[in-house]
Amino acid sequence: MSETLVTVAYVGAAILFILSLGGLSHPETSRRGNLYGIVGMIIAVVATVAGPGVTAGGYPWIIGAMVLGATVGLYAARVVRMTQMPELVALMHSLVGLAAVLVGFANYIDPAAAAHYQGAEKAIHEIEIYIGVLIGAVTFSGSLIAFGKLSAKISGKPMLLPARHWINLAGLLVVLWFGARFVGAPSVSAGMGPLMVMTVIALAFGVHMVMAIGGADMPVVVSMLNSYSGWAAAATGFMLSNDLLIITGALVGSSGAILSYIMCRAMNRRFIAVIAGGFGTEGGAPAAAGGTQPAGEVVPISAAETADLLRDAKNVIIVPGYGMAVAQAQHTVYEITKQLRDNGVTVRFGIHPVAGRMPGHMNVLLAEAKVPYDIVFEMDELNGDFPQTDVAMVIGANDIVNPAAQEDPTSPIAGMPVLEVWNAKTSVVMKRSMASGYAGVDNPLFYKENNRMLFGDAKKMLDEVLVALKA
Amino acid sequence: MPQVIGVPRETAAGEKRVATVPEIVEKLSKLGFEVIVQSGAGEASNFGDDAYRAAGARIVEGADLLWAGSDIVFKVRAPSPGELTLMREGGTLVSFIWPAQNPELMQQLAAKKATVLAMDSVPRISRAQKLDALSSMANIAGYRAVIEAAHHFGRFFTGQITAAGKVPPAKVFVIGAGVAGLAAIGAASGLGAIVRANDTRPEVADQVISMGGEFVPVDYVEEGSGVGGYAKVMSEGFQKAQRETFAKQAKDVDIIITTALIPGKPAPKLISAEMVRSMRPGSVIVDLAAEQGGNCELTEPGQVAVRHGVTIIGYTDLPSRLAKQASTLYATNLFRLTEELCKTKDGVIDVNMEDEVIRGTTVVKDGSISWPPPPPKLSAAPPAKSAARAPAPAAKAHGHGGGGAPRSLKASALLFLAGAILFWFIGAYAPPTFLAHFTVFVLACFIGYMVIWNVTPALHTPLMSVTNAISSIIAVGALVQVAPPPSDFAGRPVGWIVTLAIVSIALVAINMFGGFAVTRRMLEMFRK
Repeated sequence: MSETLVTVAYVGAAILFILSLGGLSHPETSRRGNLYGIVGMIIAVVATVAGPGVTAGGYPWIIGAMVLGATVGLYAARVVRMTQMPELVALMHSLVGLAAVLVGFANYIDPAAAAHYQGAEKAIHEIEIYIGVLIGAVTFSGSLIAFGKLSAKISGKPMLLPARHWINLAGLLVVLWFGARFVGAPSVSAGMGPLMVMTVIALAFGVHMVMAIGGADMPVVVSMLNSYSGWAAAATGFMLSNDLLIITGALVGSSGAILSYIMCRAMNRRFIAVIAGGFGTEGGAPAAAGGTQPAGEVVPISAAETADLLRDAKNVIIVPGYGMAVAQAQHTVYEITKQLRDNGVTVRFGIHPVAGRMPGHMNVLLAEAKVPYDIVFEMDELNGDFPQTDVAMVIGANDIVNPAAQEDPTSPIAGMPVLEVWNAKTSVVMKRSMASGYAGVDNPLFYKENNRMLFGDAKKMLDEVLVALKA
Repeated sequence: MPQVIGVPRETAAGEKRVATVPEIVEKLSKLGFEVIVQSGAGEASNFGDDAYRAAGARIVEGADLLWAGSDIVFKVRAPSPGELTLMREGGTLVSFIWPAQNPELMQQLAAKKATVLAMDSVPRISRAQKLDALSSMANIAGYRAVIEAAHHFGRFFTGQITAAGKVPPAKVFVIGAGVAGLAAIGAASGLGAIVRANDTRPEVADQVISMGGEFVPVDYVEEGSGVGGYAKVMSEGFQKAQRETFAKQAKDVDIIITTALIPGKPAPKLISAEMVRSMRPGSVIVDLAAEQGGNCELTEPGQVAVRHGVTIIGYTDLPSRLAKQASTLYATNLFRLTEELCKTKDGVIDVNMEDEVIRGTTVVKDGSISWPPPPPKLSAAPPAKSAARAPAPAAKAHGHGGGGAPRSLKASALLFLAGAILFWFIGAYAPPTFLAHFTVFVLACFIGYMVIWNVTPALHTPLMSVTNAISSIIAVGALVQVAPPPSDFAGRPVGWIVTLAIVSIALVAINMFGGFAVTRRMLEMFRK
């Protein structure tokens, strides 16, 4: 396969990737979108392998490595539970980051790669390597920590070092200084030192950055790392003068950036504030300790009473949160939904943009439980309907239904858009205890007159509700 | 020595109200004041001289005697030039003044070294509600507007099914849900009509519903609450949406009552001639803003006009048409003000400029103009809360890239400048090969930006996993390192490079296959 043919194949692959992302605009076309992505990837890989850049001697190695990776990847994709999706995605981001680091190093030690560069071009090439490795390393370590936090192997609490902003700044300066040393290095072995030091700093920075971010901000972090993995690919593309890598990297990078932006907006937080970390920890203990205990009484309710409420309702809105994911309750939720719908009750789902630990997490879980997507609505579509709703059932969500966001300008979550469940005739909150959510803010909703608390594990309680409904 | 409160007969044509009623005269006397009333002052509102006399007032013949004998004059309408000449130097006047519209009058009052309290300038704070004469009058105007409309409307308000046939209920549309609007809603729904109402301030929707009306929102997001719970001037886009809403209502309803006023501004023209033409013949429009120019283009202030078969009532004296009620309420407001002015109950007023209510009401103090007052400390409505909520609906409009509110011009200019400098720098120093890649990069970023905004939020997780899978394209970088065409570079660390490349390929392959497989699995679940 000639050089020109490879280039044409790359253009085709790039178009397919764009179509793939475009296909995700609607559930109907999304499956085709994924197919476009697969075809694009096959074309790109086959064209590269068959092209002039790879000789026959490498085929066994490539096939071996591919088969190995494919086995692991497909196995993981098959066994992962939908509630674990955020962890899996975070872990996969780390692989891309690591690959970018390795490719960068390999490129640097290969004298053939830089042979035809002179002067400014050589400097730019080296800067590209440096940046590619830098982003790759941050993505790698950051994603690993995010994986640890999401799978609860590491505490979800933000770890805040004293003077953390200064540490980051110092790290940045050191990286810049070694960058200058690296570009000016006369030989590969002389440049290796600065590159190594920078990699270690970048890894440490990735760890530090994600450690400082609280569990509630995880949707932002996951999409941000997604963005980074794209930029790492784009930087590698610059390094290798490969337009396909640049295009794809830019697509993924901007996609992740937009998702982060959407998530931040859904929480009424500024992106910089999320990265800087420390949400919900400033001001010490949760608000419950202070004098701002919301007035009113918490009224508990039993599963049987909840079932009665639901049976008598005409309009029900279910608001799922991370608690539903943790309890694996989505299937029971669907059973209840089906039962209610058969009884002529209108059931809808209200999804907050940051419910769960990943953008769109709740939608995936509900889809897994076969909840038809046309009864699943976004927050904005549904918020006006709560006054006409008889029962709003909140399953394992807290901050996203907290009226303090609208009522209390001093609340840490003030101004964050929330689902206004308290406007429903009755709201039922399913929760394990009275503990506050990830934001560490007490929730006045629990004390409202028309609110009932159904304490217990969401799955267990919902099972009981279902039994009572069927009785 | 107690001060004398004088109540002259109103001189304005058609004005039937009077500034005090016998019942209040008694109360004023208890505060220690002496009250003198011009003979015949209460005649038009059915309060005879005898009734005043019985309540303890002294009856005075002729306006000149009354003005000369009063320390404080209570009036309804702002004084006419003739009355001004009668006014005592250094006296006190309490009446409607409308200082913004009558600068000349203000100058003349100041020249008289007078102290003037304007009943139209009472601050809109809760403590001052009992003396808020504007609300009292608006309440009456709103009620009377419905009565006038009913009088000119040729049908029942309530729907009936009788032996003689079915009568459809009248449909009433009220524009502006202030005090007058709410009173009109209440009166009209009390008569059995179907009432709809609109206001630029969304927070009044609940009040409309509480009065028995239905709130008709304008489909456009803008916060319409100005200072002090009044409305403010709205943007062009809002006004357009508003006109569309009104045009739709005009075709449907039988009666329109407009009460839209913005303080210190001519009344907004909300009902065009076109809308009047689209109404059914026999329909009625009552324009409560007629005095300020009218909300309807065809309103003739003070008159009843019939245009295109629609009766347009532009009376400017609706409260006066319910003179007894209006006088009683106004007199009570004045009494409450007097209570504030005379806390010692010794018949001497003290215009205490430290008191927020008195400060706001006083427009001339001892000959120096003290209007406009400093803004009230507390607003009647909490605008901040709804303002904070406003961005949420705007967020839905992110179909076209931008998302959220458009940047200010200044911010855009700065961004543009920064971009220009960056691009110039790259153009000046980077070699051409780099620029080719750079072009591709920037364009790809933009394509990504455009495409991603169209992704439905429900699919954000699959989007992430598919972009993650696609980023496996980095494998291409590793592939070309495994076994490149032989080159003649001595000392090429082949072992290292190949090892690194193969490890990379294996890692990326996990991602590639795993990513696409898991996306597929997820998308399979999205079904109707």
